[in-house]
Amino acid sequence: MKVLIDVTLKEGIMDPQGNAVKDGLIKLGYDVNNVRIGKHIEIELKDLEINKAEKLVKEMCEKFLVNPVIETYTFRFEV
Amino acid sequence: MKAGVVVFPGSNCDRDVFDVLKDLNVDVKYIWHDEKKLDVDLLVLPGGFSYGDYLRCGAIARFSRVLEDIYDFSQKDKLILGICNGFQILTELKLLPGALLKNKNLKFVCSDCNLIVENNNTPFTRLYKKGEVVNFPIAHGEGNYFIDDEGLKKLKENEQIVFRYKVNPNGSTNDIAGIINQKGNVLGLMPHPERAFYKILGSEDGVRFFKSIISYFG
Repeated sequence: MKVLIDVTLKEGIMDPQGNAVKDGLIKLGYDVNNVRIGKHIEIELKDLEINKAEKLVKEMCEKFLVNPVIETYTFRFEV
Repeated sequence: MKAGVVVFPGSNCDRDVFDVLKDLNVDVKYIWHDEKKLDVDLLVLPGGFSYGDYLRCGAIARFSRVLEDIYDFSQKDKLILGICNGFQILTELKLLPGALLKNKNLKFVCSDCNLIVENNNTPFTRLYKKGEVVNFPIAHGEGNYFIDDEGLKKLKENEQIVFRYKVNPNGSTNDIAGIINQKGNVLGLMPHPERAFYKILGSEDGVRFFKSIISYFG
């Protein structure tokens, strides 16, 4: 099974990359209000029961993949 | 006093710190990231791009073998100094609060930098005057220190802010350039005192930084 994790900066954390891309989009004529840039991580796992897999992915995120001081995350499975 | 400079794959300021300590006649050695011998009084986490700084700066270094016993080490009467990438690693380890984000203007900044010594009551700054302005170079792309309001309040209350930028180069909260832990033995800073050691290189303001540490151990 595969897990798809999205890591984004918490609300209120300055995102200079997002701001630069927003300016780019505006220059191209798109009327956008805000852009936030994050990370997308895909991990292949051994097949597990869904609760076990969820627990494992949460652990990976909290231990390593995400810095809770500045980031937040969501994930979904692709079976 | 014995000092150890950790060498991660991707460290690039390890030799600078090593040479500076050697010039001050300190018994200093390199500690490879895969060794686990913290038999020193001062542990330096040098600047660079440990493990390529993948995922987040310092995020992978945090799990290196050399740092397995770092929490015990920090509880003892020992000093830990994190410069630049070392500061990022210390925040990832949670030995220091906050985190380091990309510079506000997205540019890697490499320049001389004036800093205000906010706290000279630390083992690292005892030979400076409070409020003194010193010149240490900076060289980083992710030195924008972030801490939330509550955390900032705590830093201020406990006098944990040690260095502040005179002119903010990276968007750092409250112009913070360097902080110390509550116990007062773990310091992290983005600027490089080891690059302000020889007059021929532009500034000697960093000499007292390292002499402070030596005098602390007496």
